[in-house]
Amino acid sequence: MAQPLVKKDDDRDDEVDYSPFLGIEKGAVLQEARVFNDPQLDPRRCSQVITKLLYLLNQGETFTKVEATEVFFAVTKLFQSRDMGLRRMVYVIIKELSPSADEVIIVTSSLMKDMTSKTDMYRANAIRVLCRITDGTLLTQIERYLKQAIVDKNPVVASAALVSGIHLLQTNPEIVKRWSNEVQEAVQSRAALVQFHALALLHQIRQNDRLAVNKLVSSLTRGSVRSPLAQCLLIRYTSQVIRESTNDTQTGDRPFYDFLEGCLRHKAEMVIFEAARAITELNGVTSRELTPAITVLQLFLSSSKPVLRFAAVRTLNKVAMSHPMAVTNCNIDMESLISDQNRSIATLAITTLLKTGNESSVDRLMKQITNFMSDIADEFKIVVVDAIRSLCLKFPLKHRSLMNFLSNILREEGGFEYKKAIVDSIVILIRDIPEAKESGLLHLCEFIEDCEFTYLSTQILHFLGIEGPKTSDPSKYIRYIYNRVHLENATVRAGAVSTLAKFGAMVDGLKPRIFVLLRRCLFDNDDEVRDRATLYLNTLGGDGAVVETDEGVKEFLFGSLDVPLVNLENSLKNYDPSEKAFDINSVPKDVKTQPLAEKKATSKKPTGLGAPPPGPPSTVDAYEKLLSSIPEFASFGKLFKSSAPVELTEAETEYAVNVVKHIFDGHVVFQYNCTNTIPEQLLENVTVIVDASEAEEFAEVASKPLRQLPYDSPGQTFVAFEKPEGVSAVGKFSNMLRFIVKEVDPSTGEAEDDGVEDEYQLEDLELVAADYMLKVGVSNFRNAWESMGVDFERVDEYGLGPRDSLAEAVNAVINLLGMQPCEGTEVVPPNSRSHTCLLSGVYLGNVKVLVRLQFGLDGPKDVAMKLAVRSEDETVSDTIHEIVASG
Amino acid sequence: MELCPLIKNILLLDSEGKRIAVKYYSDDWPTNSAKEAFEKAVFAKTQKTNARTDAEITMFDNYVVVYKFVQDLHFFVTGGENENEIILAAVLQGFFDAVGLLLRGTVDKKEALENLDLILLCLDEIVDGGIILETDANVIAGKVASHSMDAGAPLSEQTITQALATAREHLTRSLLK
Repeated sequence: MAQPLVKKDDDRDDEVDYSPFLGIEKGAVLQEARVFNDPQLDPRRCSQVITKLLYLLNQGETFTKVEATEVFFAVTKLFQSRDMGLRRMVYVIIKELSPSADEVIIVTSSLMKDMTSKTDMYRANAIRVLCRITDGTLLTQIERYLKQAIVDKNPVVASAALVSGIHLLQTNPEIVKRWSNEVQEAVQSRAALVQFHALALLHQIRQNDRLAVNKLVSSLTRGSVRSPLAQCLLIRYTSQVIRESTNDTQTGDRPFYDFLEGCLRHKAEMVIFEAARAITELNGVTSRELTPAITVLQLFLSSSKPVLRFAAVRTLNKVAMSHPMAVTNCNIDMESLISDQNRSIATLAITTLLKTGNESSVDRLMKQITNFMSDIADEFKIVVVDAIRSLCLKFPLKHRSLMNFLSNILREEGGFEYKKAIVDSIVILIRDIPEAKESGLLHLCEFIEDCEFTYLSTQILHFLGIEGPKTSDPSKYIRYIYNRVHLENATVRAGAVSTLAKFGAMVDGLKPRIFVLLRRCLFDNDDEVRDRATLYLNTLGGDGAVVETDEGVKEFLFGSLDVPLVNLENSLKNYDPSEKAFDINSVPKDVKTQPLAEKKATSKKPTGLGAPPPGPPSTVDAYEKLLSSIPEFASFGKLFKSSAPVELTEAETEYAVNVVKHIFDGHVVFQYNCTNTIPEQLLENVTVIVDASEAEEFAEVASKPLRQLPYDSPGQTFVAFEKPEGVSAVGKFSNMLRFIVKEVDPSTGEAEDDGVEDEYQLEDLELVAADYMLKVGVSNFRNAWESMGVDFERVDEYGLGPRDSLAEAVNAVINLLGMQPCEGTEVVPPNSRSHTCLLSGVYLGNVKVLVRLQFGLDGPKDVAMKLAVRSEDETVSDTIHEIVASG
Repeated sequence: MELCPLIKNILLLDSEGKRIAVKYYSDDWPTNSAKEAFEKAVFAKTQKTNARTDAEITMFDNYVVVYKFVQDLHFFVTGGENENEIILAAVLQGFFDAVGLLLRGTVDKKEALENLDLILLCLDEIVDGGIILETDANVIAGKVASHSMDAGAPLSEQTITQALATAREHLTRSLLK
């Protein structure tokens, strides 16, 4: 037997690591559990064994079904013992073992007996156990006892029944709802926790009945709820009622606001805080309403308890996003929190200050933060860096001091994630604030002089290659870049060579000097670096002649690849070096979207055809090449848009199919990407039968079947439809996969000769208006809007009805139109009552479209929208309105 | 929307971050390895802080964690990101003080493991399925301790009060027979 469990010896100094569970082992404990079956039970011993079992479970040990059942049955024997301590442990382990329905029956009668026992502790615990493990059928049997228990004079018993009721409401709502009267009585209980549990249950019973909740709240806010926890609940229910009730904007009075404000003077801190937070989260809260809440939160800021300071600063941080002015009163307390021991509090204080700060306080703040930055962890620094980035975007005039700050911290010690956050921020600032470009680029140049992260160095070199040549004096960057060629590892050297070449290609004046530098790289000891240098020298005309590099060469060198990189990598791996040169056109352009489960990789794959692994979606270019290579579709003209793949099958089905919608001016082509996931099958003559009866304007014109679909090697079949030219016709298509299936012998990989024709139902496919819209952003929306002019402007207003939130409404409209949100306007700040969203896109027929959406909350939930469209074609402007009107 | 305050988990770890007793009330961590990863992360994040006089607090992965340490024991209570921090702190304090009462002042890992049954019962009395049952340490400890020492134990191992309680129980039992 293992050491006795309760052993209070005085020799604890002997072994520091002594544990009563040292060397405990599941098998041995299960053996020990046999004492439960002894005719003469030793309660003490049994308790110890249960504790050991619980210890094992707690440490993450699992019991097999058989073991659990065995233990469970043995445990049920222990109900014979009248020892209370043991009974407690029995209750706990039954809950932990979560017995199955047929096992539950064994203990039901014992537990029901305990439920009606005279001992309060038995009643309370038996209720909790029984309700935890029971299913609905038993519940009707014990309902009577539960109702009695709810109004039991012992608060522990009442709470046990009420909490069990809350859990049971999820599974058996109709039964629990019948207990309303008893629960209502319990709400009046004098015991604090009973009141809390009763209120929680009563609200959940009535939560779908707005009137009832309203009544509950109005009656309770007048009375006195004793328990602080119950009071917190009441505050939450009250703010829910406030959210849902129509605001009486005429008088400016908000129902129940007085109650919330009164709670700010409650004696329990949790209630004060709950009320303050509720006030700050009120929809469209006014500064008059905010003031008392901010005042109590400000007091919390100087509390000695970290939890209070944290709670207050976190709430104020949120308020600062929507009402920065309201928080400025707390700035002095906030500044003292910068040196708080608890770094979460300090970071929240800093970011709050950054949000509330005005342009004039930026410099002072930066000074304080500089001291603070040196002694916090990287993860907090990242938060601060993000806040500084948004501050800089808010006050572009301050870019100099903020950029300096970023470059200073960039030079200090820090991990990769932190450095990456800084570099990303600088890159964003360079992109968005033109005045900051030159200094930002120089900071980055200085950083790579002493950068230990290859990834960041190459990223910065790449960025320099794009931005550097466009600056007023590109030559000053050359030195930094060329230094890399001397001092860095091969990856960075190769990146630096490419960047040099970009400067050479873009800036003709620098060409001769670049060539000199590139020629030196020809003697590098790394293959990749030499190869790149050779390639650039030859293509850019390194023979000394200063000629303008033609567009084709630039495109070849710096344009994007039109095949997924993974596919290219795979094809290159499979390429046999031979007489025949590698042909990039042989690289599969399709993308397998459904990765196969690992286990299937062990089975034999068909040889010869290298199955391309899943990769990122390929570009429109790739699709265009693919489609134009099919003669049937060659006459359709230029491809306008290809959608992202839409899954037509569930994950892990026999055949995985997704579809890409290709839109042409007068045609639509559906590309079905099919994958056969059954190793024992070969599919032949695969087609998709499309029923377009719910898409009246479409007529099928061509279909291209897939000859063979072996296991795990994706293939495509196409169906083309004709539609009225230039019209954005919409409709719904139902799809059926039809094929001939042949059995494959898994050992040889040979297919049988005879096949059977079979069909496989796919999900329906819809063509929507957004499919005719290309997401094309504009860099400066205002300029684009102005230059488009008012000629074809169409403006109208729409009511969008009740919505969950403004953000949800904004998203819905963006998705409906399928346009590109500009300038980050798709993000709706929390708690805002109105929002303007800017969208841009190109509509079928290459018509540029700009949309300005103004959303406003009309009442508590109804969203109203003003839609202004400008485009190059008035019919398109009208079409946009039609889309919105019909969507 | 969930309106009732919910506890996601309660953890009692040792000074190396190993489990003494843990209880999860949420499906956010479906497997034991997910739970262990969470404990490891919580421990690493809070290890260096001084949470011995007042309860401390931190946020990560969208959870609010309040914690307090004593000797080689680390107590944690986790809630969702929108939970009222002060309610979580009340639960932590209840757990912390109740354990202190049950271990009669000697609150360390060894004592906790030797009285693991009391700790497990204590967890069972604080929260049920995520819902707070009780936060008053005296009430919690009272519920756990009232019958924790079984009647068969030698009297020498019991405190005077418990011995009296046991004696009373014996008496009632013999009277009822």
